[in-house]
Amino acid sequence: MYLLTMTLNGESVTVEVEPSDLLVDVLRDKLGLTGTKIGCNEGECGACTVIVDGQAVLSCLLPAMKAHGQEVVTVEGLSHDDELHPLQQAFVEKGAVQCGYCTPGLLMSAKALLDENPKPSVEEIEEAIAGNLCRCTGYLQVIEAICDCGLQIADCGNIPKWSG
Amino acid sequence: MLAEREGRARLVAGGTDLIIQLTEGRRAADCLVDITRIPELDRITLEDGMIVLGANVTHRQAAESSLIRERATVLAEACQAVGSLQIRNAGTLGGNVVNAMPAADGSTALLALEAEAEIADGTGRMWVPLRDLFVGPGVSRVDSTREMLTAFRFRALSERQGSALERIARRRALALPILICAVVVTLSEAGEDFESARIALGPVAPVPFRASHAEESLRGAPISLETMARAGEIAMQESHPRSSLLRAAKEYREEVIKVLVRRGLERAVQRAQG
Repeated sequence: MYLLTMTLNGESVTVEVEPSDLLVDVLRDKLGLTGTKIGCNEGECGACTVIVDGQAVLSCLLPAMKAHGQEVVTVEGLSHDDELHPLQQAFVEKGAVQCGYCTPGLLMSAKALLDENPKPSVEEIEEAIAGNLCRCTGYLQVIEAICDCGLQIADCGNIPKWSG
Repeated sequence: MLAEREGRARLVAGGTDLIIQLTEGRRAADCLVDITRIPELDRITLEDGMIVLGANVTHRQAAESSLIRERATVLAEACQAVGSLQIRNAGTLGGNVVNAMPAADGSTALLALEAEAEIADGTGRMWVPLRDLFVGPGVSRVDSTREMLTAFRFRALSERQGSALERIARRRALALPILICAVVVTLSEAGEDFESARIALGPVAPVPFRASHAEESLRGAPISLETMARAGEIAMQESHPRSSLLRAAKEYREEVIKVLVRRGLERAVQRAQG
């Protein structure tokens, strides 16, 4: 057993882990933070995306101890008390949430993007979320929501009807 | 740490390939030694005309490095094409090479750049040509229970040189390549002929592959659609793509090799001339 200490959603957290534990399982099973989802468990869908040290990473591929001493943000860290983060609000308003399974992962990819690049273009948004699969929405509302939230003002380019 | 555990411990960097292999039982380890916090292993520097990359340079770092984009463009393009941003944030070039897959984007580009890799074990370090590290699909000469790849180096491209990556895959992200082609060209002083070319292809062989006959056909040849198309034809003949459910039919890939080689040459030439 090892002691994993990390700053999780702004708070210092210590939890006992086995060296073979993956971060997604520690978050969900040991810390009760089930916002982060497991889709494929092999790094191909992005549902498990969390932010470690400012970068979006796949928690299903991350041995938990790699987060030791790092700053980790999960979807639970976005809202404060009962107030939604502007990204979450934008997703709701733009209809970017249907079944919701991909949503936490998408939100984390979006947050990591906006933290670095507050006014991303449509291409930059597409690249940032390319690793998050969604079977429901067709992505256009997601892109609108991120674009809208990022700018909170006017135009970040025409959102294409067919991007390809 | 590796020596203490006598083959039962294994190095891990980003883990984007290794963790899956461990979960699926394709590789085993009692202990993982995380090398990502070793300082200097993520450096990207230019030393005496050679670009030196620490083995822990991630795909994202390589894709965004202005040095690599300007002086080794094919590597930046290759790294940008991999996986997803989440994977590029974690996966390293060292890991890509040690994973030794024939379709590996970074490895193919490094092969075209004629990179060397520095291997360190308990007794010392030495530089090895990259091509010598690939033994078979998924089999590297580097034994991660005993030794570590610490750095890459290759000559930065100069004014008469250009490079390009061509790739096709089922999707624009999260897709292994059906075919990749990494090209580096050197033009003659007058700029009308090829002095030399390097063409690396994958997956068309058990390991990342240099199309040496195609390369030879370009030595001293005039720069023209004919010579570049001919090189594509020769590259197709000397590579042996198999039919596979994962990678598409042999006949299709043979046709596409010709196109990717020609396009790669065209773009690399444009960049060398520009």
